[in-house]
Amino acid sequence: MGETADLVVVGAGPAGLAAAVTALAGGLSVALVDSGTAVGGQYWRHPPDHARPAIPTADLHHGLREYRALRRALSTARARGRLDLRLAHHVWSVTRDDDGFTVHSVDRRRAPEETAVALRAPRLLVATGAYDRQLPFPGWDLPGVLTVGGLQALLKGGGVAAGRRVALGGTGPFLLPVAAGLASRGVEVVAVCEAAGPSAWLRQPGPLLRNPAKWAEGARYGLTLARHGVRLHPRTAIVAAGGTDRVSSVRIASLAPDGSPRPGTERRVEVDAVGVGWGFTPQLDLLVPLGCHLTDSGDGSAVVAVDTGQRTTVPGLYAAGEVCGVGGARLSLAEGRLAAGSVLADHGAAPVPGRRRLAAARATVAGQRAFARAMARAHPIPPGWAKWLTDDTVLCRCEEVTAGAVRAARADCGASDHRQVKQLTRAGMGWCQGRICGPAVHCLVAPHRPYAPTERLIATPVTLGVLADLDDAGENTEGAAHE
Amino acid sequence: MSRFSVDGEPLGFTEGQTVAAALVAAGRVAWRTTRVGRRPRGVFCGIGVCFDCLVTIDGAVGQRACLIPARAGMTVTTQEDDDG
Repeated sequence: MGETADLVVVGAGPAGLAAAVTALAGGLSVALVDSGTAVGGQYWRHPPDHARPAIPTADLHHGLREYRALRRALSTARARGRLDLRLAHHVWSVTRDDDGFTVHSVDRRRAPEETAVALRAPRLLVATGAYDRQLPFPGWDLPGVLTVGGLQALLKGGGVAAGRRVALGGTGPFLLPVAAGLASRGVEVVAVCEAAGPSAWLRQPGPLLRNPAKWAEGARYGLTLARHGVRLHPRTAIVAAGGTDRVSSVRIASLAPDGSPRPGTERRVEVDAVGVGWGFTPQLDLLVPLGCHLTDSGDGSAVVAVDTGQRTTVPGLYAAGEVCGVGGARLSLAEGRLAAGSVLADHGAAPVPGRRRLAAARATVAGQRAFARAMARAHPIPPGWAKWLTDDTVLCRCEEVTAGAVRAARADCGASDHRQVKQLTRAGMGWCQGRICGPAVHCLVAPHRPYAPTERLIATPVTLGVLADLDDAGENTEGAAHE
Repeated sequence: MSRFSVDGEPLGFTEGQTVAAALVAAGRVAWRTTRVGRRPRGVFCGIGVCFDCLVTIDGAVGQRACLIPARAGMTVTTQEDDDG
């Protein structure tokens, strides 16, 4: 099987884009793979190119100048035959041998049809990002309750608002752009429930003072929200959703210092959609089976361990962006550049980007990491959150396993991690393989350890036909028709 | 506006939207019934992680509506057995 490129990059969000462009600038050939129909990841999610005039989304984005510059660099490299861009390709497994990595994907440009495509390179860079972390509550499985990221994806990707009267809840700065985006499209955002209080930031003002850009960004969202009359309610949470076939109301409670709902403070608010998110869970599916060491990010999740050049503990394997710890687009861009700098240095043949540019990227990473740590401390998972769970609250949406069943597995059977809970209750055994319920189940049984996902050998469902193709020399390594 | 069919009924969409976005734009947030509790489900994560939005597209079962771009003439059926 021949090499596809010098480097395969999986994930075309800010980290993967910056990495690909830096590696291309250093003279490498690159294959860039993403499951989306446009580059940008979740942060710069866009409709496919041909649809952009019909679905305008520029007003929902930040840093578009940088995004456009990265896209231009990709187009130039592609025209010169140096970039193999694989959009709508879903990577389901990565294997490693003496010569490098084989990235197994399915080409789903004509979905539901799918064609197996294997890409090979001596070096691999994984920048697969993260998804919303969820803390279940009674009624969170009602239609119309979405993740905040889901609301944002519908808005940025399809120009669609999921409701006309929306409540948002959870913790972290991501609630603000989603509230602002919805409000600017005419949605009535009836409440933004932030579990943390402002004092968490006042206790550690350093990182905020050293990041005036973040301060300015927060102020901009504050102004947008104020203009639309949207109120941010600190130290509150959406503790229940009601409705029959669709959510029609939420209950909002004030939170005690431990994050448990204060009795007697609940109020009911009518809504037709809800968005919830408690930070993010890094998407480590491709990294765990390769045997990378993980480390504690400090925000409740395990992340991939990397050195100062974004090298994982597996030779030839690099990681950048949220898989190394959630910290936002600026951090991801800088990590992508650093990672590609290391790829170039390790490759040996190509000149590395200027020392000054690498030093600047390192300084950005250090500053943004410090900010991310402060953010994790200011927006923790509230320790008392489980007090709003009733025994019949569904925790595992796929297998419909209740909080009562998980509590029984812990109390009666001594389950002390999410794998044991899965064996005892089926929580995490369904379609999503514990991606949604895993962090919450973990918080219930082992809250003092960071959540590390189960090893998933197949990262996305593929047909038996695709697996059968693996034995077939016909698995497409070179000739797939490019975009 | 282009159209695809959902359980035999035509549904208009804007070119570039996913099947899930087109359904939500038409006011539908649920199109599946769970196996155990027979509860309605639709789009939740919107980015291909949760598998709540499964539909059958042109006969292929277990497709995530949030990932599949809507195409004119596509046949989407809901409420199929999700036990795949």
